[in-house]
Amino acid sequence: MNYDYNLSAIAVPLILAAGSVLVLLTDVLLGKKAKDSAYQTTLTILALAGVFCFTRWGTGGSAFFGQVYTDGFTSFFNLAFLTVGFLVVLNSPNYLIRNGIDHGEYYMLILLALLGMTFMASAGDLLIFFLGLETMSICLYVLAGFHKSRAKSNESSLKYLLLGAFFTGFLLYGMALVYGQVGSTNLAEISNYLAEAANPLGGYMGIGLALLLIGLTFKMAVVPFHFWSPDVYDGAPTPVTAFMSTAPKAAAFAAALRIFYHPGIELGIPWENVLWVLAVLTMTVGNFAALAQTSVKRMLAYSSITHAGYLLVGFLASNELGASGMLFYLFMYGFMNVGAFTIAYLVNRRGKGNYNLSDFAQLGTKSPMLAALMSIFMLSLTGIPPLAGFFGKLYIFSAAVQEGYVWLVVIAVLNSAISVFYYLRVMVMMYMREGEDLADLEKAPTVAITAVICGLAILIFGLFPSPLLDLARASIIALL
Amino acid sequence: METFFFILFAVVAIFSGLMVILKKNPIASVMFLILALFATAALYVMLMAPFMAAIQIIVYAGAIMVLFLFVVMLLNLSKIQEGGVSALKIIGALVAGGIMVAIAVVVRSIAIPADSGFLRELPAEYGTVESIGRSMFITYLLPFEIASFLLLAAIIGAVVLAKKKLE
Repeated sequence: MNYDYNLSAIAVPLILAAGSVLVLLTDVLLGKKAKDSAYQTTLTILALAGVFCFTRWGTGGSAFFGQVYTDGFTSFFNLAFLTVGFLVVLNSPNYLIRNGIDHGEYYMLILLALLGMTFMASAGDLLIFFLGLETMSICLYVLAGFHKSRAKSNESSLKYLLLGAFFTGFLLYGMALVYGQVGSTNLAEISNYLAEAANPLGGYMGIGLALLLIGLTFKMAVVPFHFWSPDVYDGAPTPVTAFMSTAPKAAAFAAALRIFYHPGIELGIPWENVLWVLAVLTMTVGNFAALAQTSVKRMLAYSSITHAGYLLVGFLASNELGASGMLFYLFMYGFMNVGAFTIAYLVNRRGKGNYNLSDFAQLGTKSPMLAALMSIFMLSLTGIPPLAGFFGKLYIFSAAVQEGYVWLVVIAVLNSAISVFYYLRVMVMMYMREGEDLADLEKAPTVAITAVICGLAILIFGLFPSPLLDLARASIIALL
Repeated sequence: METFFFILFAVVAIFSGLMVILKKNPIASVMFLILALFATAALYVMLMAPFMAAIQIIVYAGAIMVLFLFVVMLLNLSKIQEGGVSALKIIGALVAGGIMVAIAVVVRSIAIPADSGFLRELPAEYGTVESIGRSMFITYLLPFEIASFLLLAAIIGAVVLAKKKLE
C-alpha cells in the first residue's frame, strides 16, 4: 500500500499549527516578564511560513491521497493569507493594549484562522475544505467578540456565530447531496463527473451545488446573504475587521475556484443566470448602502460587499484572464483594506470613537503622510489608474467582456462610478474641510509602518502589475 | 418493514427535535434531545452503520448529555420567560416551513439516475469497526488531524470568551 503522507506538501499549515501552540506556550511561560513575547513569536512564525511558502513554490501534484494540492494556486493564496496575517498582527498591539485586551490567545487564534484558510485554498476534497472553513470560522467568531467588555463586540460575535452555524447547514447539506450523486467527496472525481455527465446539473447535483454555493457566498458576504457583515465588521475590534474583510473572503473565493472552476465544462444557463443576478445585486446593494454611511468603518464594511460583487463578475467570466484577475484583485484588496482600516483606527482616536467621517477633517495639514496614504487606499479602492485596484478591475472586467457579458460590465463600471462619491468624500474631508478642535494624532509606529507597507505595495504593483499577474496566471493554469 | 421503522424513528426524531426548542423547561428540553439522539442512532443502524450508532449513544446521549444536565442544574435555570406570539414569529415560522416544504418537493421530484452514488453496492466490510479505523487513520488521517486543531481553536476560544478576566 502506498502511504501518501508527504509532509512537505503541507509545510505552511504545519508551521502555522506548530506556531500556534508555541505562541500559547511562550505567552504562558514568558508573558509575565516580556509582555510582547507572543506578538514577536507570531511575527517570526508568519515570516518563517512566508519564506517557506516562497522558496518552495508549488509545482503541482497532490498529497494525502489527493486531498491536498501542492500547486502554484495553493502557494499564491498561502502567500496572500500570510501577508494579510502579518500586516494585521503587526498593527494589532496598539489597539489591544489600549483596550486592555492584550492577550496571547489573540495571536494564537489568528494563526489558527490562517491554518484553516490554507487548507481551504489547497483542498482537494470537500472534507478538507469543510474542516478548513470551520477552523477559520470558529477563530473568527471568537476574534470578533474579543473585546468582551464592549456590547457591540459581543453582538458582532453572536450574530456571526448564529448565522455562520445556520449557513454551515446549507453547506453540509449541499455536500451530502453532491457526495450522494458522485459517490465521492474528492474534487478531482467531482470534476470528472461534471465533465462526463450528459447533464452536469442533473439528478441531485444541481441542488447540491446550489446549496454549496449558498454556503460559500455567505462567507464572501454576497447579497442576499450579506446581512451579517456590516454589523459584524462594525462591532469587531478594528484589526480583526481588517482581517475578516480580506483573508476569509480570499479563502472563500479560493475554495469557490477550486470547486466550481472547470473551464470547458458548461454548467448551463440557469447557473450563469444565478451568478449574474448575484453579482449585480451585490455590487449595487453594497454601493447604495455605502453612500448613506457616516461611519467610515461601516462605509468600508459595505464597500467590501461591493468588491465581492466585482469579484463575482470575474468568477462568472471564469476564463483564464478572469480567474487570474481575481487572484490579483484579492491579493491587492488585502493591502487596500488593511491599510484603510488601520488609518481609520488611528484617526478615530482623534474623535469620540465612533469612526465618524468628520474625524478626518484637516488630516491633510495635521499629518500629510497619513492623509496621502489614505488617499492612495481610497483611490485604489475606487479603481483609479495607476494604482493596483485599477488593474484588478481592468483584468476582471475585460475578461467578462471577452465572454460576452457586456451588460454586466456596464453595470459594474456604473457602480464603480457611484463608488467614487463615498471614497472621495473621505479625501474631501481630509483636504478641504475645516474641522472642530480635534485631538492630535498619537504616535503609533507599528500602525504607521503597516500603512506605509500597504501604500507602497499598492503603488509598486500598480506601476508594475505584470509580475504579480503572471504569477496569478501561472497559478490558474496549474489549477486546470 | 424497513419503511415502517424508518418512518417511526424519523417521526420520533423530528418530534423530539421540535420539543427541544418548544419546551419551556430546560430539563425537559435536554431529555427530548436525548430522545432525538437515540432516534438518530436507530436510523444509523438502519443505514448499516452500527458502530456509528453505538458511538452516537455512548458519546452524545451518554457523556455529553450528562454534561448538559449538570450545567442546567448547576445554573439552576428556571422556566424561560418569553414574549408570547408576535407577528414576526409567525412570519418566520411560515417562511421556514415554506422553505422546508419547497426543498422536500424538489428532492422528492428528482429521479435518482442509475449511475449515481446513491445506488452503488455497499462494500462487504462496510460499517465495521475495522474499516472505519482503517479509513480514519490511513486515508483520512489528515482531516482527522485538522479536526484536532479545530477543537483546539474551539477550546481556547471558549476559554477566552467565558473567563471573566484573562491573565
